[in-house]
Amino acid sequence: MSLNTLFGEKKEAAVKISLESIGEYPEAPISLGTTLSNFTGDWRTFIPVVDDNKCVKCYICWKFCPEPAIYIREDGYVGIDYDYCKGCGICANECPTDAITMEKEEK
Amino acid sequence: MTEYKPIRKVVSGNYAAAYAAKHARVQVVAAYPITPQTSIIEKIAEFIANGEVENLQYVPVESEHSAMAACIGASATGARAFTATSAQGLALMHEMLHWAAGARLPIVMVDVNRAMAPPWSVWDDQTDSLAQRDTGWMQFYAENNQEVYDGVIMAFKVAETVNVPAMIVESAFILSHTYDVVEMIPQELVDEFLPPRKPLYTLTDFDNPISVGALATPNDYYEFRYKLAKAHEEAVKVIKDVGNEFGEMFGRDYSEMIEKEHIDDADFVFMGMGSLMGTVKEAVELLRKEGYKIGYAKVRWFRPFPKEELREIASKVNGIAVLDRNFSFGQEGILFNEAKGVLYSAKSKPVMKNYIVGLGGRDFTVDDVRKIAEDMKKVIEKGEPDVEVDWYHLKR
Amino acid sequence: MGIPENVKKRLSIPADEYFYAGHTACQGCGASLGLRYVLKAYGKKTIFTIPACCSTIIAGAWPYNTLEANLFHTAFETTGAVMGGIEAALKAMGYKVKGEDGVMVVGWAGDGGTADIGLQALSGFLERGHDAVYIMYDNEAYMNTGIQRSGSTPYGAWTTNTPGGKKHFLEKRHKKKVIDIVIAHEVPYAATASIAFPEDFIRKLKKARKIPGPSFIQLFSPCPTGWRSPTDKSIEIARLAVQTAYFPLFEYENGKYKINMPSTKKEPKPIEEFLKYQGRFKYMMKEDIEILQQWVNHEWEKLKKLAEVFG
Ligand SMILES: Cc1ncc(C[n+]2csc(CCOP(=O)(O)OP(=O)(O)O)c2C)c(N)n1
Ligand code: SF4
Ligand code: SF4
Ligand code: SF4
Ligand SMILES: [Mg+2]
Repeated sequence: MSLNTLFGEKKEAAVKISLESIGEYPEAPISLGTTLSNFTGDWRTFIPVVDDNKCVKCYICWKFCPEPAIYIREDGYVGIDYDYCKGCGICANECPTDAITMEKEEK
Repeated sequence: MTEYKPIRKVVSGNYAAAYAAKHARVQVVAAYPITPQTSIIEKIAEFIANGEVENLQYVPVESEHSAMAACIGASATGARAFTATSAQGLALMHEMLHWAAGARLPIVMVDVNRAMAPPWSVWDDQTDSLAQRDTGWMQFYAENNQEVYDGVIMAFKVAETVNVPAMIVESAFILSHTYDVVEMIPQELVDEFLPPRKPLYTLTDFDNPISVGALATPNDYYEFRYKLAKAHEEAVKVIKDVGNEFGEMFGRDYSEMIEKEHIDDADFVFMGMGSLMGTVKEAVELLRKEGYKIGYAKVRWFRPFPKEELREIASKVNGIAVLDRNFSFGQEGILFNEAKGVLYSAKSKPVMKNYIVGLGGRDFTVDDVRKIAEDMKKVIEKGEPDVEVDWYHLKR
Repeated sequence: MGIPENVKKRLSIPADEYFYAGHTACQGCGASLGLRYVLKAYGKKTIFTIPACCSTIIAGAWPYNTLEANLFHTAFETTGAVMGGIEAALKAMGYKVKGEDGVMVVGWAGDGGTADIGLQALSGFLERGHDAVYIMYDNEAYMNTGIQRSGSTPYGAWTTNTPGGKKHFLEKRHKKKVIDIVIAHEVPYAATASIAFPEDFIRKLKKARKIPGPSFIQLFSPCPTGWRSPTDKSIEIARLAVQTAYFPLFEYENGKYKINMPSTKKEPKPIEEFLKYQGRFKYMMKEDIEILQQWVNHEWEKLKKLAEVFG
């Protein structure tokens, strides 16, 4: 788990919630946390890999990631939070310079 | 407390409901016309048109389903919401009645009891509201216009304490359109009795956002049902406290969920709900003068059901004549069915007979009560009813 | 957090993220991307209501919320009515609603919940003039229940209740023009948008915020699961829907039509371009494609005329 994601401390703070006794439940069905504790990265079959040498920092991939799982690093290049990336391939399909390739993920 | 000086007004049951909503300072009213409810929402619209209310948003929705949906949206946001309907309209709302209760929203609604079609009928019949029995709403049946007024104001307090919606039920025409004196409470005193709502949650805390009603798996759904069931249990106590407080402040005590008279020396009692119990009360007093040892038990709150109070009544009498202005097809009168269920575990079980009366507005008179009293005497002598369910008015 | 300051100003859509990852939309889901954009446009001071649809799941199963905004889950056909209730309550409680700094009330419903079962509540909502924004994300079928047709399903599409077969072949009705029904209410602002053009969508959302009264946006949202399309093609398909004029982007504002895309100066791409990646269209015969093309041409001509006459 890395802090350098779109969600920073929020990701750090996210926890799975499982209530064990009736007293722990809220009176009404209101939410108690965010989905950030749910790592959807294990859905992936193909993994996007970014080649910084080809990247022109247009952020189109960032714009179109539906999770979102793409963040922008301090150096301006894009990073992928593999905890959430589902491997849909949209980023690779939309990247104008083919800087992202989808590779079969070894698990 | 400021001294209570009632304001007496001669109003219909519907106007009593509208005044009560106004005095309860409702913030959102979303409603749709249907006979015989319409004059409630017309009156509320008039209050707005005349500048008699402040900060009341009136949403003229396109259906009852949307009326309840809009009340749900308003109540979830944090406002005090009110609506009114009847029969077909209530049936159309059904899905959203579950929603209001499941989201724990203390909406108050007046239902004017009206028979379900077909055949078309606009007259009194309790099957519409009783068919909503399992939606998680509380239900209060008013006997007269005063109880409609008092009921709406109390219902807000009870509902907002336990976070469960409440339905105040009145009879078509017999109450809705019949004028009677109603003692209204001055606004300052209603305010004292019913402070602004303190919601369980709102949708306006933007720094700590929540979702309400998301998909719960079998691992969690069950617990939320239990919470709602518990809230109804707690409501039994809250209703008594609120009814008592109302009595202390305004002289009309509602601490009994079943209003009863002559139980201690009655051979048998009449049990029923709503306006027909007004007729029964009158008849009982008359018949007692003629030597009948009878009493009455008017069930005010049908949900939560006053189990303890009923068991206590049952322990004191030999028979109960249950009058149902409603019917559950394939079974029997709904109150009868409920009462039997409650008394199964009672130590003493009185003889019970179910009289199906007044469906679709069929007249139910003092004379009918006398005839039923005659019949009940025989039932008690025999120790069992000739028939369990008696279609009393049937043209034979 | 995540995005360096110097990069932020170079981005074409707002940097701030109010849509949490970890949600359970399928890979490449257009609806989830749409929600992400709405949150970018409106931020946290927003109350959503979402009826039964895929977004019920996307927004998080209890006890989680995917949105960093308040959300009331509601019944399938009630979006417009619940929005009305929320807006009325906010006003009664003294909140400023809509406008530059007011609370945003957003209804986010699927095509089934809008074109079909929720049409009545939508109509009531539009007619009563509530200050709120209704967004219909259009994935052209009932996806949450497993890909059944809706009024918004196009001609020739396979769904699980318009399957192929000897007697009955695919969806035989053209897509219901919900936007036209909306415009018939003379709303202050209605627009179509696409997840392939987020800048345009967000601009429209921001405009909807400023214009008093009800606004409606129909957002084209590809669904790889229901469209039998590759998950990486969602944006491309949405773009082609616009470029073929199958789903043109336009605005209706104060009685005036304005076409945003595709260009009215040149021929749109042929409809086959839109169909090509989608398995749901693979059963279409040549004649079917022709029928669909005719419909697209007709609707496109109609829209161009409207923009010409009421531009
Ligand atoms: C009254 C009612 N009828 C049927 C359903 C079942 N149902 C839930 S979602 C859905 C389809 C939703 O389709 P759409 O609005 O297009 O949203 P999508 O799932 O495609 O995103 C249906 C039929 C329901 N929840 N309520
Ligand atoms: S789309 Fe390609 S070029 Fe643009 S930022 Fe992403 S990786 Fe770099
Ligand atoms: S593959 Fe899909 S989920 Fe993963 S980073 Fe790319 S766009 Fe996002
Ligand atoms: S079925 Fe379609 S709309 Fe629903 S979550 Fe999956 S991709 Fe999104
Ligand atoms: Mg759909």
